[in-house]
Amino acid sequence: MEATATTPTPLFTSKDLVTDQDIRWCPGCGDYSILKQVQTVIPELGLPREQIVFISGIGCSSRFPYYMETYGMHSIHGRATAIASGLKAARKDLSVWIVTGDGDSMSIGGNHFIHLLRRNFNVNVLLFNNQIYGLTKGQYSPTSEAGKVTKSTPFGSIDHPFNPAALAMGADGTFVARSMDRDPVHLKEMLRQAAMHKGTSFLEIYQNCNVFNDGAFEVFTEKASKKQEALFVEHGKPLVFGQNGELGIKLDGFKPVIVNHAEKGISTNDLWIHDMYDRVKSGILARFFDNPANEGHFPRPFGIFYKEERSCYEDDLLQQVEAVISSKGKGDLNKLLRGNEVWEIQ
Amino acid sequence: MSKTNEVLDQVIIKFAGDSGDGMQLTGTQFTNTAALFGNDLSTFPDFPAEIRAPQGTVAGVSGYQLHFGSVNIFTPGDKCDVLVAMNAAALKVNLKNLKDTGTIIANSDGFDPKNLRLAKYPDGQNPIEDGSLEKYNLIVIDVTKMTRAALVDSGLGTKEIDRAKNMFVLGFLYWMYNRSLDNSIKFLEEKFGKKQAILDANIKVLKAGYHYGDTTETFRTRYTVQPAKMKPGVYRNIMGNQATAIGLVAAAQKAGVDIFFGTYPITPASDILHELSKYKSFGIKTFQAEDEIAAVCASIGASFGGSLGVTSSSGPGIALKGEAMGLATMLEIPLVVINVQRGGPSTGLPTKTEQSDLMQALYGRNGEAPIPVISSSSPADCFNAIYESCRIAIEYMTPVIFLSDGYIANGAEPWQFPTADQLKEFKVKYATEKNEEHFLPYKRDEKLARPWAIPGTKGLEHRIGGLEKQHETGNISYDNENHQFMVKMREAKVEKVADSIPLQQLDSGPEKGKLLVVGWGSTYGAIKTACQMVRSEGYDVAHAHLTYLKPFPKNFGEMLFKYDKVLMPEMNMGQLSRVVRDKFMIPAISLNKVMGIPFSATEIKEKVVELMK
Repeated sequence: MEATATTPTPLFTSKDLVTDQDIRWCPGCGDYSILKQVQTVIPELGLPREQIVFISGIGCSSRFPYYMETYGMHSIHGRATAIASGLKAARKDLSVWIVTGDGDSMSIGGNHFIHLLRRNFNVNVLLFNNQIYGLTKGQYSPTSEAGKVTKSTPFGSIDHPFNPAALAMGADGTFVARSMDRDPVHLKEMLRQAAMHKGTSFLEIYQNCNVFNDGAFEVFTEKASKKQEALFVEHGKPLVFGQNGELGIKLDGFKPVIVNHAEKGISTNDLWIHDMYDRVKSGILARFFDNPANEGHFPRPFGIFYKEERSCYEDDLLQQVEAVISSKGKGDLNKLLRGNEVWEIQ
Repeated sequence: MSKTNEVLDQVIIKFAGDSGDGMQLTGTQFTNTAALFGNDLSTFPDFPAEIRAPQGTVAGVSGYQLHFGSVNIFTPGDKCDVLVAMNAAALKVNLKNLKDTGTIIANSDGFDPKNLRLAKYPDGQNPIEDGSLEKYNLIVIDVTKMTRAALVDSGLGTKEIDRAKNMFVLGFLYWMYNRSLDNSIKFLEEKFGKKQAILDANIKVLKAGYHYGDTTETFRTRYTVQPAKMKPGVYRNIMGNQATAIGLVAAAQKAGVDIFFGTYPITPASDILHELSKYKSFGIKTFQAEDEIAAVCASIGASFGGSLGVTSSSGPGIALKGEAMGLATMLEIPLVVINVQRGGPSTGLPTKTEQSDLMQALYGRNGEAPIPVISSSSPADCFNAIYESCRIAIEYMTPVIFLSDGYIANGAEPWQFPTADQLKEFKVKYATEKNEEHFLPYKRDEKLARPWAIPGTKGLEHRIGGLEKQHETGNISYDNENHQFMVKMREAKVEKVADSIPLQQLDSGPEKGKLLVVGWGSTYGAIKTACQMVRSEGYDVAHAHLTYLKPFPKNFGEMLFKYDKVLMPEMNMGQLSRVVRDKFMIPAISLNKVMGIPFSATEIKEKVVELMK
């Protein structure tokens, strides 16, 4: 399914998604912007409101369901992915959204996260990555950069961080994308694409925690640095960035190199043309900023890295049930109770 | 020479051999044949935790005890009448549980120097040759040699031939107890139907064993155990985990709800998954999750969607599920949690039985998190207990814990099964309309249950979660008065379950008197048998067996006060007795056994007699 599909008629408006609960995120939190974009995108999907379910774990981001006038569950730490799996297996008709944070899904819920992706339930995962533990007041998270000084790491973190997009690729995710809270246009488009993908859509959203980790993503969001540091990828388009779009990425074998295509002898045709269906190249794209010390400094990619059509667990589960029923007939309780061998006492 | 026939009213046979010797299969086959013949029976498989423990060693011994009779049978029996020992280690492990007058059927090939060494018999000592087994009726057969002789022309390799030797023993026992080979032949045909050579070999060896008894002069006596005088009706044989699985299907069908079974493999609970995964034609969805936590969480998610979420495990897995069970308590959502208990703590004794997770079931969560607890007292009773667990979960919108144990789970007994229309009626009812102008997800009915409003229902959109709820609205509330109110409300709801359960009945004995023996779970058969034994010695003792452990039946306290003393035998350090002492302030006496094996009736009898004197 491509983005070109026509927009269905909304059955309700963004305002209908606002609950009577006071929003308790800190003033200036990036979560507000994400909430607004989600409330904008959901009506555009054309689904009835009662078909939509938001499931979250624990953390600042996980308060999200309370602010959406849909069905919702604010569950326990790290388990939203597992709860959503059961819900989707039981009810494939529902549109299920998982809201999670970097602590919730990359740390305590890491196991469920990878298994959700491999099973490819048709759900959407919104990972609010602020690279910090906010609700517990400022410890480093599994996505915090090495050396990070926090309350629990006064001498700097010695943990090697996860790259959530690369992890999702490794777990055979069928839709891997990244966006950020401060680019509402891009965020909205990524949310829409995630919703339209059949399978587990994983969208990592860089989200600023202005209290405990302010400015963590500033270089990608501020005008002065954004063009140089952020690389927006689109399927079928060359990887181009820079103040005037003069820089590009070329693949030298499997090694990405930065070139100035404004210079003589290089055309945009020589650049890496993004193919979101190419698993190998998408894998490189998801990872290539991993260790600047090894690979040099690269701009951070945003957009859909990878997309693949693969059957969904809930469909296969139902198909198996239906196949057994069509070959053996519907189960007969009396036969089951009776078993294969009986005897009678007179 | 003529053979004599002796009639016995009950027999206990222990089949024991190396874990690769096929003793579980031999035992099961004899059991099924006895059941079809109409004997009452009870079985107890006892196998090592290792799939293939070192061959020939004491650690590798796998056993299967069968108690069958023309009288009513309630336990797999204490000491056995017949011990089948396929090797020296099997003899060593089981000899202490053989009656002094018992029979040993020993496979002499399993007593060669290597096997004797592996079983750690002193050098040069061979129990089947040195006269040390003199007081028993010792039958020595070279089963391996006989089997090989029978299959000399089969064209099979030695390894395949030797695999059939358990059939020789089975055939011999069928001869000894006057049993037909038909049922086992039918079984072999189903098992090896496509492998003609193997099928023929097994049948040939089975018959060879039978004929060996018939033609060999040494064996003169055969035994007959008449069918039991059981309640008239149609019976089948059933194992506990099987009954649990069937009970779930029955509850789903009657209630009109889909079952979502989220689980993670663990001994001794896995067979419930194996069984249920076969029942796709009933629309059962089984989900083998990545871990115990995911298993319970996925089940909670399914319940949120309107299915009945069920998860199963054993003690260590239940520990992992604790937080999510607290969530289900807070969400007030139906969920059935099955704990097939095993020896603990930690990994403990995975293949052995224990009742030591009662406290975990009652209190093993953070905060005040009351959950109804139901137990089963025998393999067949698992059906009733799980059915009740499902009913309570749905009617009261609550998680329910169902306690079974390894003894019940793997044990088997005849079951006078019900038909679908004999089952207690209950129906799922989802909320379809607003209960107030703005839907109140925590507005309660007369049972104190909240509405089950599932996604997809227009106008009932709402949010629930693990944070404390405001009364009725379900909104987050940190209000201190509200918290106390809700804590009490959740407890009151669970206590209200007592309105829907039967009053506690005595299993046997006088309505008041000197001693009441109170049990729960798998100690049922042993206590019942012990009480019968005591009564035949002239002591009038009463026995009550609990199914409902939280809440207790309404009259349970009253019943306790009618006796001078209350004895509570448990396969733990006294967990129910502690609860009873706490709740009813009576000096309940504990009888404890934590050896990984069930009580023998004699052990309980001795304690009862001591207290009655």
